[in-house]
Amino acid sequence: MASLRDIQTRITSTKKTKQITNAMQMVSASKLNKAQDNATSFVPYSKKIQEMVHHIAGRADENAHPMLTHREVKKTAYFVITSDRGLAGPFNSGILRKVYRTIQENHQSSDEYTVIVIGRIGRDFFRQRNIPIMNEIIGLSDQPSFSDIQDLTSEAVQLFIDEEIDELNIVYNHFVSAISQEVVSTKLLPLTEINQPGEQKLESMYEFEPNETEILHTLLPQYAESLIYGALLDSKASEHASRMTAMQNATDNANELIDDLSLQYNRARQAEITQEITEIVSGAAAQE
Amino acid sequence: MKTLTVSVVTPDGPILEDSYEMVSCKAQSGELGILPNHIPVVAPLVISAVRLKRNNETIRVAISGGFIEVSNNQVTILAQSAESPSDIDVQRARKAKERAERRLKAKQDDIDFRRAEYALKRALNRLDIVEKR
Repeated sequence: MASLRDIQTRITSTKKTKQITNAMQMVSASKLNKAQDNATSFVPYSKKIQEMVHHIAGRADENAHPMLTHREVKKTAYFVITSDRGLAGPFNSGILRKVYRTIQENHQSSDEYTVIVIGRIGRDFFRQRNIPIMNEIIGLSDQPSFSDIQDLTSEAVQLFIDEEIDELNIVYNHFVSAISQEVVSTKLLPLTEINQPGEQKLESMYEFEPNETEILHTLLPQYAESLIYGALLDSKASEHASRMTAMQNATDNANELIDDLSLQYNRARQAEITQEITEIVSGAAAQE
Repeated sequence: MKTLTVSVVTPDGPILEDSYEMVSCKAQSGELGILPNHIPVVAPLVISAVRLKRNNETIRVAISGGFIEVSNNQVTILAQSAESPSDIDVQRARKAKERAERRLKAKQDDIDFRRAEYALKRALNRLDIVEKR
């Protein structure tokens, strides 16, 4: 049985760990709040641009712009959003597993796919497995602004326009609620959904200056970039939520461990006292 | 007098929402002036200053491209970034300008060149607006 001292040391160290996890939980909670605020302030922009795209592209011909057109897929790009730091529960592992499996299932050679990655954890993962990384961003702040990732997004969109890649999928953690996030994988380019019927709006009365095709040329890249930024904000919120939950669990576990250890400690202490009394009594009995 | 409700929206949040008497901006096809009761229009903008007029006062907002949409006296400007003069970080713009100029001189491949060109335009636009404040 462990000695009193050993148990005491373990209790102290567990208490210290608990302090840290507790602090991290609170930090994540406040970051989550900010991330949600950011996501909210992005909503008006994304709504407006979506409205415009539906308005214009919904009526345009499918061949009006390369970004609307399906072509034979020779190379697929995966845009993967992970975090820079771990300790966020299944946040990164879930997403990386999904991407890795998709790649294994759908592609034979490494010429058929490439990866664009945000976050150190994801980058290291793909590097270790010799998966080609086309572009990467690490060290993104917890409250990223659009200009932080603008270069990356415009490059990704440009690659598609230049036909370097024929399909762009984005994989990220979607924020459902503070306790639940899910990995989603959606096809970003070509933009096919906007041509689907059922989204028919009122025949627009807009005058287009200079004309619809020209506007599509500017609008669609900007729209695709905004979708990527939206996914990033979503993922940031998920990251903080996931880390918060993970730290909450760690704190709970620490509490449980401390309770167990305290019980053990008290038992050991009592056993020691009992033994001492027995020794004294038996010693006294031997004297008589 | 009739006014236009103008809102400038960026991915980082709405920058400005207020009513003005006139909006003038630079579209890809040329200068565009918008007064109340304008017909609905959508036009892409270039990197420039949007001028908002009210009571003989003009406010200039730096935008980096984007769109203007007008309907029902409601003007929406969608830009990837937008700043009013007081929000412009002059230091940063100067640095961006120098960096872009350096890159343009170095003459790397096409993509970098184009990107540097855009960066330079944005920086010059910002500095210009600050100076004319």
